[in-house]
Amino acid sequence: MSATGSMKDYRMTGYAGEHHHHEPSFLRTYIFSTDHKMIAKQFLLMSLFFLLLGGTLAAMIRWQLAFPGQPMPGGGILPDTMAPGGIILPEFYNAMVTMHGTFMIFFAIMPLMVGVFGNLLIPLQIGAPDMAFPRLNMLSFWLAVPAGFMMLASFWVEGGAAGAGWTAYAPLSASGEYTGVYLGQQLWLVSLFILGFSSIAGAVNYITTVINMRAAGLTWFRLPLTVWALFVTSILVLLAIPILAGALIMLLTDQTLGTTFFLPAGGGEPLLWQHLFWFFGHPEVYILILPAFGIVSEVIANGARKPVFGYHAMVLAIIAIAFLGWIVWGHHMFMSGMNPMLGTTFMLTTMIIAVPSAIKVFNWLGTLWKGNIHFHPPLLYGVGFVSLFIVGGLSGIFMAAAPVDIQIHDTYFIVAHIHYVLFGGSLFAIFAGISFWFPKMFGRLMNQTLNQIHFAGTFLTYNLVFFPMHGLGLEGMMRRLYDTTQYAYLAEIQFWNVFITWSAFALVAFQFLWAFNFLWSMWKGEKAGPNPWRANSLEWSAPSPPPHGNFERMPVVYRGPYEYSSPESEEDFLLQTEPPGARPGPAPDPEPIAHGEEA
Amino acid sequence: MNHAAAMPLDETRPEPGFGVYNLKLGMWVFLLSEVMFFTSLIGAYVILRFAHPEQFAAPGEVLNVPLTAINTFILICSSVTMVKAFAAVERDDQKGLQLWLLATIVLGATFVGVQVYEYIHLFRDGFVPDAQAYAAGGGPLYGSTFYLMTGFHGLHVSIGVLCLIFVFIKASRGAYSPSNVGGVEIMGLYWHFVDLVWIVLFTIVYLI
Amino acid sequence: MNWLLDPSFSTFGPDIDRLYYIILVITGLVFVITEGALIWFLIRYRRKEGRKAAYVHGSVKAEVIWTTVPFVIVLALALMSKGLWDQIKDPAHFPDNPYEVLVTARQFEWITTYAGADGEFGTDDDFTLTNRVQVPVNRPVLVHLEAEDVIHSFFVPDFRVKQDAVPGMRMPVWFEVTEPGEYTLGCAELCGIGHYRMRGTIQVLPQAEFEAWEAEQIALRSGTGQENLAARSPGEDDHGSGADEAGRDGR
Repeated sequence: MSATGSMKDYRMTGYAGEHHHHEPSFLRTYIFSTDHKMIAKQFLLMSLFFLLLGGTLAAMIRWQLAFPGQPMPGGGILPDTMAPGGIILPEFYNAMVTMHGTFMIFFAIMPLMVGVFGNLLIPLQIGAPDMAFPRLNMLSFWLAVPAGFMMLASFWVEGGAAGAGWTAYAPLSASGEYTGVYLGQQLWLVSLFILGFSSIAGAVNYITTVINMRAAGLTWFRLPLTVWALFVTSILVLLAIPILAGALIMLLTDQTLGTTFFLPAGGGEPLLWQHLFWFFGHPEVYILILPAFGIVSEVIANGARKPVFGYHAMVLAIIAIAFLGWIVWGHHMFMSGMNPMLGTTFMLTTMIIAVPSAIKVFNWLGTLWKGNIHFHPPLLYGVGFVSLFIVGGLSGIFMAAAPVDIQIHDTYFIVAHIHYVLFGGSLFAIFAGISFWFPKMFGRLMNQTLNQIHFAGTFLTYNLVFFPMHGLGLEGMMRRLYDTTQYAYLAEIQFWNVFITWSAFALVAFQFLWAFNFLWSMWKGEKAGPNPWRANSLEWSAPSPPPHGNFERMPVVYRGPYEYSSPESEEDFLLQTEPPGARPGPAPDPEPIAHGEEA
Repeated sequence: MNHAAAMPLDETRPEPGFGVYNLKLGMWVFLLSEVMFFTSLIGAYVILRFAHPEQFAAPGEVLNVPLTAINTFILICSSVTMVKAFAAVERDDQKGLQLWLLATIVLGATFVGVQVYEYIHLFRDGFVPDAQAYAAGGGPLYGSTFYLMTGFHGLHVSIGVLCLIFVFIKASRGAYSPSNVGGVEIMGLYWHFVDLVWIVLFTIVYLI
Repeated sequence: MNWLLDPSFSTFGPDIDRLYYIILVITGLVFVITEGALIWFLIRYRRKEGRKAAYVHGSVKAEVIWTTVPFVIVLALALMSKGLWDQIKDPAHFPDNPYEVLVTARQFEWITTYAGADGEFGTDDDFTLTNRVQVPVNRPVLVHLEAEDVIHSFFVPDFRVKQDAVPGMRMPVWFEVTEPGEYTLGCAELCGIGHYRMRGTIQVLPQAEFEAWEAEQIALRSGTGQENLAARSPGEDDHGSGADEAGRDGR
């Protein structure tokens, strides 16, 4: 039996109080850091860059959709292979659509959710000095960077960037003869393969850390929901990304080595790609949203000054969604030619997975109910999330009903759904999380007013952009069309494409406000103490920002993370680390108001 | 909810996880991802084989089953030597540790060598991944799936051998002891996993 | 443009639309209730000086209710959908005696093949249309859908018909049109550079007209028909009624 149980084996050493004071070099501090907080910031910078890039591509796509064939302002700087005279070519349009999805999903949302919040919050919220494997953590970031470069570079190779959609359906993606894109598609495959290693390394780290390095008293059901969400997400990453890896390899060998896994000419099966991709792809979308669920619970409880309503149910819902997420992938393939009986099965499982999401929405409402709501930016973004996620989730019901999906599959109805859950959902949660934990990262607060304006402007213009897309889809506007006016029935409703595009430009304009706030506040924001939001979890008992090693010594936890407005405290919050009885409040009411309803 | 702790709170120790130290837990978790990776490759093979059975010749027709059976035995032996290595470090038998690690390296490298030898001969017989150039029994899917599965397994074995060499070097510098077995133990876990995958592959590719 | 659907022109179109409207009503109600509650709570429970939030951790009763009710609703929707799904997609449920055509999708056009006099595809008397599918009204039509190169998708919004065309597979798609006319056929799966212009027309003729057209096509290919074929200039397609060919280049 090997040695276990000593503090060293669980790496609960390295707290701030133990450190001798030495100043590591600039390189070790900012570039090759093993400190989870610095790695989180590195992921943050990288992701925001790709978010900007993905948004720029979106703006260009919107230009083409609203004004097909017209020279795009500023398009003159693009090479003739992309947009001669500023007029976007169909092959470049397909590449933009592909890369918009690719950058946003793999290089923006995923690293933001998992790389930033996972890295920043897990050790802090569980009272650990750092991750279980700090050097592996560093490797995780430094694998993502070359992957990003490769993906960027693919725009400039001969044939241009991949243009088969972020879903890369074969045979279109399996041979350059169908698209004129050879190296671009191959770079896409290799880039994602490398990024996969980054993700898996992160997942191994997060899972091990959460299991093994929780501070004394921090039992599983005293964990913040953010940690639960990130933990379950990491398990999904661990298990789903390797499936993608296998699929990417097969597609790459079809492209380069003459194999025919997905090419019918050699006996391959195009549908095999879809099954593999979506078997990964559906858990992937839950990877993109689950951390958001955790963040939103955090900020709503904090803003409402109330415990999370139904904490256990929320945990169970996260786990249920993660489980069920493995058996719904076929709903992306209702029209694919898959056996109709399979379609029925997937329809059933897909309908069922709506239930845990609904449960979460009700519990967020329950958290606001009878609260004392402070409209700080994190709460605003959190509430914006709930509002938009409701729409995204409900639109899913239409798609889940397979006969209805016949009409809306591969139309803008799907595009609306995707963006309601990814932008209205994930990105709003990211805004919530960044505004909430910004002070912990940088020791300063973001400007509240600017964030409130950004929230309002974004919420409004966002809906102007994406809500009409439901209607466009119902009218029969297909996805990934370079020029919808080729179809007479779509030319008739071209007004909406123009409307959406102008709204999109307004949406983009509001994001500059946020970017300015973000950058300005890093240096000029109001200085923050350890607990500017009067919150309870462990990170708020550390300085802002925490030193290397986070806490003086291992914290001790006495209660759950959502003890807002507790009768035990005079204040409306109560730190998890506050010893019981240390802060005598009014005498505990033997029949507190709501305990009759408690589980 | 304000739980009174079910057990008295020990303020000096972190919460117990599963009682497995970090390195070991991390390796187990990593191996789970590897299971999923091989599942995707093997899953693709199974699906393609059911869809186009005519493309898959009977194993003995194209592949050298007897040679690979011996190779399988070699790999299994290497798992045994790995177990011995771990047992050695647990009782602080440094010489034994180095000896058994070396044996594992040799056996592992032999396995890779035999595989490379087999690949060369298969290539010469026209059993290749390239569908256009395929000239062996069955059809091109047979070649593609064979090299996909066995190739990535071979890659994992090769990486394992390199890691074993690294561990051996550290062992020869006295890095491991009964209170520091982590590196050896996780090496063993990885090695056994690679062996297990091979047993599955051997069965479905060479025997069925 | 709104949440109301344009009319459909197939026999199962109204059934799909009915299901859609049921879902619209249910989700619409849920939308109003939840968003309404959200707005109400934000107003009613906004921060007030001296007020403390309720120290409530949850309610098992509430959890049970709002788990069970959604579960029952979605289950009902799934069951409601199953029969219609089978009817449309399961070959075992297809109507008898349909009129059969073969539609081949390729970058970037649709080729419709008719079996001709012998009723068999792949024989000499087959005739084709490009970017047009001509079918009779009020009779089930069975399209055997194929793709030559990459995945395309046969999409006729007016019929509520969509089916991916996958190379290496032959997919059965059926519909019965209720009104003669010209309907738009579009490609609904990204298939390359020309995906956006892979447009076709479904021409639906009254039974008598259709039979006359079909007979004319068949006659063109028997006896003197061969000379007629040879006399055509290369690249010209069979048009039959001479209707304008849609979808090739430009509008």
